[in-house]
Amino acid sequence: MQKITRDQLIEKAASLLANGTVSCVLGWQKGEFDYDITPAVFDTEDELKANFVWNDFCGANFSKYLVSKTKKCEGKILVFLKACDTYSFNQLLTEHRFDREKVYAVGIPCEGMADIAKVKAIAGDGISSIDCSGEKMAVTTIYEDAPVMIDAKDVLAERCVNCKSKKHVAYDELMGEDGDVIDSARFDEVAKIEAMTPDERFAFWQNELSRCIRCNACRDICPACTCEKCVFDNPNSSVENKSPANSFEEKMFHIIRAFHVAGRCTDCGECSRVCPQHIPLHLLNRKFIKDIDSFYGDYQAGAEVGSRAPLVNYTTDDLEPGEVFERGDN
Amino acid sequence: MRKCSLDSMNLVFAEIAKAASLYLPVDGKDGKTAYTKWEDGLTWSNSLNTVRGPKDFFFPQTENLVEFKTSGKNIEIIDTRSASEDFVVFGVRACDVKSFDVLDRVFLKEPTDSYYASRREHGIIIAAACTKPTETCFCQTFGIDAAAPAGDISIWKTETEVFWQSNTEKGAALLTKLDALTEECSTEAVDAQKEKIAATMKKLPLANLNTDAFGAGKTKEYFDAPEWKELSESCLGCGTCTFVCPTCQCYDIKDFNTGKGVIRFRCWDSCMYSDFTKMSAGQPRLTQTERFRQRFMHKLVYFPENNDGMFSCVGCGRCLAKCPISMNIVKVMKTIGGKENA
Amino acid sequence: MHNHQEPLIPKIGVITDVRMDTPDIKTFRVVTPDGKKAFDHRPGQCAMLSVPGVGEAMFSITSSPTNEEYMEFSIKKCGCVTEWLHQAEPGQQITIRGPYGNPFPVDDEFAGKNLLFIAGGVGLAPLRSVINYCRHYRDRYGKIDIVYGSRSKDDLLDYKEIIDEWANDDNVHVHLTIDREQEGWDGHVGFVPNYVKELGFDTDKTAILCGPPIMIKFTLDGLYALGFEKTQIYTTLEMRMKCGIGKCGRCNVGSKYICKDGPVFRFDELDELPDEY
Repeated sequence: MQKITRDQLIEKAASLLANGTVSCVLGWQKGEFDYDITPAVFDTEDELKANFVWNDFCGANFSKYLVSKTKKCEGKILVFLKACDTYSFNQLLTEHRFDREKVYAVGIPCEGMADIAKVKAIAGDGISSIDCSGEKMAVTTIYEDAPVMIDAKDVLAERCVNCKSKKHVAYDELMGEDGDVIDSARFDEVAKIEAMTPDERFAFWQNELSRCIRCNACRDICPACTCEKCVFDNPNSSVENKSPANSFEEKMFHIIRAFHVAGRCTDCGECSRVCPQHIPLHLLNRKFIKDIDSFYGDYQAGAEVGSRAPLVNYTTDDLEPGEVFERGDN
Repeated sequence: MRKCSLDSMNLVFAEIAKAASLYLPVDGKDGKTAYTKWEDGLTWSNSLNTVRGPKDFFFPQTENLVEFKTSGKNIEIIDTRSASEDFVVFGVRACDVKSFDVLDRVFLKEPTDSYYASRREHGIIIAAACTKPTETCFCQTFGIDAAAPAGDISIWKTETEVFWQSNTEKGAALLTKLDALTEECSTEAVDAQKEKIAATMKKLPLANLNTDAFGAGKTKEYFDAPEWKELSESCLGCGTCTFVCPTCQCYDIKDFNTGKGVIRFRCWDSCMYSDFTKMSAGQPRLTQTERFRQRFMHKLVYFPENNDGMFSCVGCGRCLAKCPISMNIVKVMKTIGGKENA
Repeated sequence: MHNHQEPLIPKIGVITDVRMDTPDIKTFRVVTPDGKKAFDHRPGQCAMLSVPGVGEAMFSITSSPTNEEYMEFSIKKCGCVTEWLHQAEPGQQITIRGPYGNPFPVDDEFAGKNLLFIAGGVGLAPLRSVINYCRHYRDRYGKIDIVYGSRSKDDLLDYKEIIDEWANDDNVHVHLTIDREQEGWDGHVGFVPNYVKELGFDTDKTAILCGPPIMIKFTLDGLYALGFEKTQIYTTLEMRMKCGIGKCGRCNVGSKYICKDGPVFRFDELDELPDEY
């Protein structure tokens, strides 16, 4: 259950529309079921009342949409940002990807979002409704008369289990109370992979990445991937590829992408959320974050606008290449 | 009709695998189901369907078409095609079986695609009835019976038994090989299961979705519908829907220089990609709205227009489950086709 | 190993002659290694040419089917494949497959008609096949008018053939125009659509159009103003293509595949299709 309600958000949006602060609202639109929510632009209070939703399935990070929507929307656009979304918001501002003046950001508290796969693992197939408004999530299926009651913390998405921050680092206005940066266990999974032998590690990633169908969903959803033309789509780049034709290409796309977002990835977890093949892509990025933290001191991309990421900031204390090489040797 | 006990399936698989490669849905370590080549001990997944459709068996994501060797101004063309070997795909659901009919319409139409045709000739489909369809299922919208899947052999699984019925000569020949492991039986249990499935299908949330508003001759009516813009508003332009779709079959042809020669290969392509129709001379589909519209107009209007009314959607629900922004053909049908469509 | 014919596997073609037509258009003569035509075609049909390692692309066959010795392709430099071809010398092998698409109805709808060909720039390439076919079977057709324009005199395709052959034929009337005044040019100056209006053709003709989209648009307006019906006007379309056989899925306009159901369309047929070309 979320602490803030749908009605409160609609009321906020409606008043900002009414007093002319914003001309449109980027929000979550209800789907066919109770969990298949689509990001949408709302222009009126009536549209909001009819189709706006806020529940445990509003995981989509809107920050990247601001790149295109701020160009299309006349006047300011209202965006609701969960704490984790605000990091992507700042990172995009640092990279000058959208005009801050065209956005009115409302920070909203988030109790963590649910992973529908985990819900189904408990409640089974054939979901006809999910009610997230009570203490427990009530999941009704066509196969059982009584709803299955689920504790929301049992179905939290991985990125929410390992939530790194309940603190909003960017907003024009905050609804509810702000939280704190959390000392999460998000690097534990990375440590497990680091503990593998090189052969085991290679086999692990080979297995994961072999499932890739190169649909580009990870790249297209990623707030750090905002190149106008991706090198992998550019026929003149000589690395263009449309499908993972062999195991080298399977890995190349993801490794290059991880390198390209290193130091800029805020660990929002959208890549793993959207992967149709359930590849834990966020672990590649987290490995970079963990290494950057240990090599250059703790750094959280998007924590503030305009910060110089360690990888693009030379200091005399920087690690020597030899030290990195030795590290990679074990 | 014949039957065997569920416990004896490992023996059945072993018998089938003697003569042909056998693929079946198996649960992976990540809990997700994928078609996997059978080896002793691998068990048939209980899940409803595989994450990725079965189209790879006939239309793989990448395949080599031909090779070239060049020297000076000369080119040598090397036909690298080899005859397919027999293989069996076990546990295919009714929707996915129907998707092969859709693919056949494209690849077996003159001039026949020999790569696809060869695999089709050598593939045997064992189709399994769906005892537990889920909320994203809407195969009945396209006249598909989840309780009576087509294919070379149809099977029905109960708590303890598996029932077998052959539908084609290929299927009958295979079933004969399993004579020692199966026994003749009445259709009673299967009839009961069919009834139960039919009742379940009526309870599905998409049970009333219909295609009345779509089909041949609807291009003018829907092409300029203002709703396309709103529907495609958040589309990322990724290829997820097209790649998980069992009926999407657009492909690209590309050359790969190996250093020793050139391999011309084809790979799945997506009409959602911005370069899909891009020419040196221009681009007929400039925005994502136009690309999005193309995908659904193709499935719901253009394809039926060219194929005696057959839609190129089988209601498997994969796009419903996998689209990163949860936009899909059902939402399109309800929006474009009007509310009465639901 | 394989019993089936495979349409996607090409044949070898040899470039036997390269003619520089304009600063960015060259015409290539292609035969098989044993010196024959790769296949028979009808006027308006296309072929897939490829340079292994660079790519494959669709081109209209610009020579007439009545030429029994070779095929010709007039190719404008505008992408990877075309750039590579422009550097090719005689003797260079390429690959070829086809023919693809529907032809112009030269033996039925066009028979006995007065024909008005209107082309702009490299748009003459697909029409040259039809024009030379009609010239070959001259008595099957009525009066032939050819309106052809380009940016400059140097950008006129097949200029020599037009002047030396077409213009000298009985009952073939060639009307050339260039966009802007140029030294050494005493012919008409102006855009093709305006020239068509100025020439003021009678509607007792079948018109065949090919050129850049903007030329097509304004020429059509002009023809309608002169009283032409959509059923009297033909054109040929261009789309990105990969397979050439209506399977790869990218060249459709509505339910029609340009590679298979086109590229030749009559304007009343195009009216039935969505405006996406």
